[in-house]
Amino acid sequence: METIDDTRKTTAGPKPKRYVIDLTVNGDPRTVVVKGNALLVNVLRDELDLTGTKKGCELGDCGSCTVLLDGIPVDACLVLALEADGCDIVTIEGVAAHGELDRLQATFVDKAAVQCGYCTPGMILSAKALLTKNPHPTEPEIRAAIAGNLCRCTGYVNIVKAIAAAAEIETAATESGEAR
Amino acid sequence: MFLPDFDYHAPETLAEACDLVRDLGPSAKVLAGGTDLLIKLKHGLVTPTAVISLKALDELKTITHVPGRGVVIGARATHNDLVNSPLLHERFLSVSEAAHKLANNQVRNRGTVGGNLVNAIPSADLPPILIALDAWITLVGSNTSRTVPLHSFFTGPSCCVIDPVDEILTEIVLPDQQTTGSTYLKFALRRSGALSVTGVAVAVTMDGDTIVDSRICLGAVFPVPVRANDAEDLLRGKTWSDELLAEAGEAASCCALPITDIRGTAEYRLDLVRVLTKRALKRAITEGHV
Repeated sequence: METIDDTRKTTAGPKPKRYVIDLTVNGDPRTVVVKGNALLVNVLRDELDLTGTKKGCELGDCGSCTVLLDGIPVDACLVLALEADGCDIVTIEGVAAHGELDRLQATFVDKAAVQCGYCTPGMILSAKALLTKNPHPTEPEIRAAIAGNLCRCTGYVNIVKAIAAAAEIETAATESGEAR
Repeated sequence: MFLPDFDYHAPETLAEACDLVRDLGPSAKVLAGGTDLLIKLKHGLVTPTAVISLKALDELKTITHVPGRGVVIGARATHNDLVNSPLLHERFLSVSEAAHKLANNQVRNRGTVGGNLVNAIPSADLPPILIALDAWITLVGSNTSRTVPLHSFFTGPSCCVIDPVDEILTEIVLPDQQTTGSTYLKFALRRSGALSVTGVAVAVTMDGDTIVDSRICLGAVFPVPVRANDAEDLLRGKTWSDELLAEAGEAASCCALPITDIRGTAEYRLDLVRVLTKRALKRAITEGHV
């Protein structure tokens, strides 16, 4: 992990210190100036205008702020921006590519897995990390992977169905690819 | 949520980190995973003027077996590093299982073993199983280095013997041992993301059907993780049977002094100790390190 180069530290006033950090957000290199106490979730939302990442409990219980940090789902409310210096971050804005919904997003729509939508970005990123690591999860594995994402609409049944459907499409695509 | 201003330091070597901890003194806090420290900061429970991040110290992240010492777990290894470690799967699957019972996936990806220990919450999930496996830890200061058996590390809720103005916890060592089985059973109000109401870890050394030795450690029923000595004495040298394990459960509940809180009453916790001790012993005896 890249650490902060002291020579790049800038001090606007006597206190507090500000630091320059480099992030790769959804594939784009971004450089931001932050205070020591800046949280990753606030930098994403307020500095980079990526408001798809939601804030819920801000204590690591609800998972609304889930982002992928170097491919691993973490709660962005419990990560200092400085800790993410040099890291690769994927937010919900980076999931769809070339104007097309990701397979998971499409199955969330198909299976009506979105009610109020507040937990959805976190759910999709947790599910995406799961499918990357384990393309053919069982239902208990799916439930374990999204255990850190709370849905207050209690729409879990359809969310689990949507993730299972995305995994099935992936399996089908791989198999037909092999047949060819 | 409001976070107070603080300076941020990310030392690149352990020596540098120890010097910073000593120089900045009580105004600084050591940051590992942040899943506990940032919550304390948000709640205003701690108000440091500087935070010393260990993120650059990758040498504290490894899980290796060192012949003669045992399994050495770096303090910065995350809970999911324990869950996914092939070495632990092979030798102490029970430690991986205990780590998997903790919090949720996102928190397990950030939270560290060292942080879990230094935070010293009585209901923490890792101390009981690590104590049952006779773990010891290394505390490194700017001019000192000492090893402490984990069972004498905790001194009270949120209190441990680490010197906060001089020392950093660097590693946890599970020594090579004779034990034939170990396990950690946790009862919580939800399957994920819940603190334990009661947790019981046991490690047993079996010779056929005879219990040569056992270590039983109870979590969340005492100000610190506590060994159930009465139950251990009762089991030593006996041939195991369901009746004997039930007696050990009764004896273990006499070693606990739980409080009543939002997660359960003291009476309920005592009963949980009795049942979980019995079940954990049977599991460790019949299934090995699970």
